[in-house]
Amino acid sequence: MSIAWYLAVSAIVFSLGAVGVITRRNPLVLLLCLELMLNGANLALIAFSRMWGNGDGQILALVVMTVAACEVCIGLGMIVALYRSRLPIDVDELRELQG
Amino acid sequence: MSSILFFIAAIGVITGAVGVVVLRNPFYCVLALVIHLLSLAVLFLLLRAEFVAAVQVVVYAGAVMVLYVFVVAYVGGEGDSIGERLHGTVGAKGPVGSGLRLGGALVGAGLLVELLIALLGTGLEAIGGYGAGYSPGPRTFGTPAYIGQLLLTRFLLVFEIASFLLLIAAVGGVVLARRRGGLGEEDERDVLTPLDLLRPLGTGTTAEGVGAAPALAQGQREGAHETSESRVRAGTGGAA
Repeated sequence: MSIAWYLAVSAIVFSLGAVGVITRRNPLVLLLCLELMLNGANLALIAFSRMWGNGDGQILALVVMTVAACEVCIGLGMIVALYRSRLPIDVDELRELQG
Repeated sequence: MSSILFFIAAIGVITGAVGVVVLRNPFYCVLALVIHLLSLAVLFLLLRAEFVAAVQVVVYAGAVMVLYVFVVAYVGGEGDSIGERLHGTVGAKGPVGSGLRLGGALVGAGLLVELLIALLGTGLEAIGGYGAGYSPGPRTFGTPAYIGQLLLTRFLLVFEIASFLLLIAAVGGVVLARRRGGLGEEDERDVLTPLDLLRPLGTGTTAEGVGAAPALAQGQREGAHETSESRVRAGTGGAA
């Protein structure tokens, strides 16, 4: 398949992730939708890496995966801290940043 | 063959993504994301990115998803309705929720159209082809050796920054998820100090409040004395 098909799939995945980030209210699912957006970007990076025939895009995709792992670590830590302090697990209820 | 595999994997990718957005139970969302990630690894393999596909399966679908499952099991399954149950507003947010959903779908559709125009309508001839020739050679493109060589030569700074970011995230995760507040003193109370051995038995218990603690302590001490004496007697008898 030509590179354009992969780019179309990555655009669809990115848009689905954006819709999820806008509509969902559970922070856990919000993080999952953020992963969807990062994966769409990853697919585009790898497709462009194949288009150029060198490995720069793959290195960038690996770095994006590292950033995603860090984001998951911090985000899940925050959710566990929210749960421990008896706050509602709902991004609409969490309007204040003061603990 | 490769186009059939592409369509199967692309359907898996998009189905998994739709499942993550649509399903209500966060546990099923995580499982849908696992399907999405595995199908995405197939797409990576079709693009000749073997090492990235392996990392995707091992790190994402393996480690990160296990972390998600643990936190979902810890926090609790029924994701969207927890806040409503806490505040007794079940069903009160119906119209607001549907309006939000409609607006989100509109924004997503606009974003998709814009992305498709930006990616496919550029007039780049290269995206209509199957990619340029492999610059390192077809046998080494995407292999772990090639990626490792790039990471340690051209992208050494990126590699070091990524590892430092992982270190910061690990420290931040430990700081965020640690126990805090009030539990330390309770732990200290259970520790036995040498001074406790000097106090009479039953100090601080209910028996002391009733006045039975000294008697209890006396009885236990006498009992211990007797058993030791009898043991001594039995020992001497056995020797004799």
